[in-house]
Amino acid sequence: MSEGLSIVSYLGATILFILCLGGLSDQETARRGNLYGIIGMTIAVLATVFGPRVGTAGLPWIIGAMVVGGAIGLYAARVVQMTQMPELVALMHSLVGLAACLVGFASYVDTSTPLTGAAKAIHEIEIYVGILIGAVTFSGSLIAFGKLSAKIGGKPVLLPGRHLLNLAGLLIVIYFGREFLHAMTVAQGMTALIVMTVISLAFGVHMVMAIGGADMPVVVSMLNSYSGWAAAATGFMLGNDLLIVTGALVGSSGAILSYIMCNAMNRNFISVIAGGFGSDGSAPAKPAGGGSSEPAGEVTPVSAQETAELLREAKNVIIVPGYGMAVAQAQHAVCEITSLLREKGVNVRFGIHPVAGRMPGHMNVLLAEAKVPYDIVFEMDELNEDFPDTDVAMVIGANDIVNPAAQEDPTSPIAGMPVLEVWKAKTSIVMKRSMASGYAGVDNPLFYKENNRMLFGDAKKMLDEVLGSLAKAAA
Amino acid sequence: MSLSIGVPREIFPGEKRVATVPEAVEKLIKLGFKVLVESGAGDHANCSDDSYRAAGAEIVDGAAALWASSDIVFKVRGPSEEEVGLLREGGTLISFIWPAQNPELMQKLAAKKATVLAIDSLPRQLSRAQKMDALTSMAGISGYRAVIEAANAFGRFFNGQMTAAGKVPPAKVFIAGAGVAGLAAIGTAANLGAIVRANDTRAEVADQVKSLGGEFVKVDYEEEGSGGGGYAKVMSEGFQQAQREMYAKQAREVDIIITTALIPGKPAPKLITAEMVKSMKPGSVIVDMAGEQGGNCELTEPGQAVVKHGVTIIGYTDLPSRLAKQSSTLYANNLLRLAEELCKTKDGLINVNMEDDAIRGLTVIKEGNITWPPPPPKIPAAPAAKPAAAAPVAPKKSAHGHGGSSEPMPANKIAILVVVAAALFWLIGAYAPAAFLGHFTVFVLACFVGYMVVWNVKPALHTPLMSVTNAVSSIIAIGALVQIAPPLAGGISRPDELIRWLAIVAIALATINMFGGFAVTRRMLEMFRK
Repeated sequence: MSEGLSIVSYLGATILFILCLGGLSDQETARRGNLYGIIGMTIAVLATVFGPRVGTAGLPWIIGAMVVGGAIGLYAARVVQMTQMPELVALMHSLVGLAACLVGFASYVDTSTPLTGAAKAIHEIEIYVGILIGAVTFSGSLIAFGKLSAKIGGKPVLLPGRHLLNLAGLLIVIYFGREFLHAMTVAQGMTALIVMTVISLAFGVHMVMAIGGADMPVVVSMLNSYSGWAAAATGFMLGNDLLIVTGALVGSSGAILSYIMCNAMNRNFISVIAGGFGSDGSAPAKPAGGGSSEPAGEVTPVSAQETAELLREAKNVIIVPGYGMAVAQAQHAVCEITSLLREKGVNVRFGIHPVAGRMPGHMNVLLAEAKVPYDIVFEMDELNEDFPDTDVAMVIGANDIVNPAAQEDPTSPIAGMPVLEVWKAKTSIVMKRSMASGYAGVDNPLFYKENNRMLFGDAKKMLDEVLGSLAKAAA
Repeated sequence: MSLSIGVPREIFPGEKRVATVPEAVEKLIKLGFKVLVESGAGDHANCSDDSYRAAGAEIVDGAAALWASSDIVFKVRGPSEEEVGLLREGGTLISFIWPAQNPELMQKLAAKKATVLAIDSLPRQLSRAQKMDALTSMAGISGYRAVIEAANAFGRFFNGQMTAAGKVPPAKVFIAGAGVAGLAAIGTAANLGAIVRANDTRAEVADQVKSLGGEFVKVDYEEEGSGGGGYAKVMSEGFQQAQREMYAKQAREVDIIITTALIPGKPAPKLITAEMVKSMKPGSVIVDMAGEQGGNCELTEPGQAVVKHGVTIIGYTDLPSRLAKQSSTLYANNLLRLAEELCKTKDGLINVNMEDDAIRGLTVIKEGNITWPPPPPKIPAAPAAKPAAAAPVAPKKSAHGHGGSSEPMPANKIAILVVVAAALFWLIGAYAPAAFLGHFTVFVLACFVGYMVVWNVKPALHTPLMSVTNAVSSIIAIGALVQIAPPLAGGISRPDELIRWLAIVAIALATINMFGGFAVTRRMLEMFRK
């Protein structure tokens, strides 16, 4: 294949990738979008393999590596549980990061294309930066994977003076960057490169360790973004436009997702990255000035049977799922309750907060897996105004995203965060294991509201009971 | 030794309610009590002896036997003289008592060394007491029934209709007093399709009236009428004058008037004068729910339905009893909640805890000592500090979804951005070689394309977006592919073996992503079904 043909193929692949992301604007076109992505990738790989820059000697190696990788990938995609999606995505980010590092090292030791002057300096900067991003992505994603799969504790781990530590790391990286540029031989530069890689790896670990469980959506989308930038940096390194474009697409996609997630928590990006909620002060943020935000009143527990009755008698129901639903694997029970109620003419809808779950859109996927039709699943902004006309709002395993303190109490640590206004419904039912406060460590005045009922217990078990008594009543 | 709860048949003429229903009996038994029900007690409320028996109650023949064997008696109406005689020495009675109106009854009960909980004396402002608030339950039923009685006596449809024969105008209903009963009446009348107007001296109920589909009619006079405890207070003369004018105007316009105005411990205010009744259209209906306290209308005859000046005036005092099954069920639930409060240990014994605000208010006689009226209740720890401070936190409009970010940036921010970008571009343009600039152009443009495209992605598809971008970022494999075995010009050497292995591993890793990412995205998208 000639140079020209391969460039045109790359262009085609680029267009297909853009169409692929564009297709995701709607569930109807999303499947086609995915297909575009697959076609684009196939074209890109074939054009490269049969292009002018790959000799026939490499073919067996390439095929071998791809068969192994492909088999692992397909197997993982088949067995992964939908609740484990965040883990899988994090793990995959780490692979991209590692690949970027390896390509960077290979590119550095490859001296077959001699460069001089500014071109050489830029090439070396590209390598340096590419490996740096790749290493941070790799180690950060691994830690994120560990946290999401509960192999590592979800609590933020905060080293003393961690900002100074990071700053020192950065200075060392810059210093060795200078050394690296001035290195005469590959062997000399390699020392600097390895030191930098180690520091980047440590930085990635340190950064994600300091972030708590509920900030995970931000971290996952941030790492998504990094993996894109890593690809783009590799593209610069190798002078490959396809890599640059694709990397930029992925990078900006991840950046936008992080921005949306931060907005949904009313926090700025820096503060999320800089460390866990309320971790700057002592213990879980006590409302300053005291008194005003102490919720008063009594919690009214309710049984599964009574919940079923409330649901049966309602006309409009909104279900607000949270991470607790995913943990308890309760989405199938939720779906069955939904279909039972819908058969009886109850208008059941789902309200999804942007940061519900552990990654953007996590709840939607879980509900889709349980076969909840997507046209009754709504975003927070779409149905937040409908709560006053809602008879029952059922909150399953969520806490901070339905906390009225965000609107009512300016001293609350989560003040100003957009929340689902479930307390405006005629009755709200909160399904929870205990009275423990949410991730933000803020007490939830919702539990004490007069029209709120608490259904204590494991979400799955409780929902099964609710389902049981609904089904009994229907029979 | 668990206590027994006795439920006698109500002997007041026309009283159809009963103090417990089979569903509540089951739960009382779970609390550890024994439940005795007088034979025939629930007949008028559609609760047969058999249904009580099935729920676990013991059926006792005759009032005397029942009263004699009950430690605690649940009743609806306050006891008659005869019933007081039957009450066990030192027994416990829970029912409506109205201690202010019935001082003699109180004396007699005290003489029996009884403990009496008057369900009407519940401190209603305690939110925790609401589950026991029988006044509210009964008032809601009365409001509903008042509309039904009015509809029964009224000669037309409530809802406006367009029939083949012509147009039917909707009925106009005016409701005086928007307490619990008034609100229930508003809701019921609005649901039947009538045009509903309502008035109350407490301005804060206007929203509640509107939320139920009514229209709030204001009195043209400034005065706040909240009298504490959820009741209204007596208003000034000037206000009353303005109010009378408003009522007179409404009387001329509407078809149905339902009055619910009560002031605790006082005769009901006379809102509707004989003049107003005369001014109403023939066939109109007045339901006076204050009949028991003398009525809100001058022409009301308590307990009767009469026609005066062509207007049917209904003064029934037994509205809840006319919906016996419903009111018995709610009343039974209220008493059940009270029993739960009294018996927190669930062992069938009661503890009349005078430290508890709710119980203290309810208890009008404790072991023969009259404890009514109770001291003013301690105001409960400021019910969740009125959200007056709510205003400052304007909920930030979140920008995501369709069509990009929200408000345009302020001009000075844009200016700073432009300057920074210009400086950066100048730096790059001045120092970087041409080859790099080509790539850089592509990079910047691609970032913008990505930005535009991704903002259009539905939030529901964010997870598939992440997995597909993941798959797409495996394009990094290309980087490894070109390294593995490039055709080299002769004479140039490189560490082939090392590069090959690095590249092979990189290819394998990236391919995991490539296949895994696309496959899992596909799997997810397959699940999104309408």
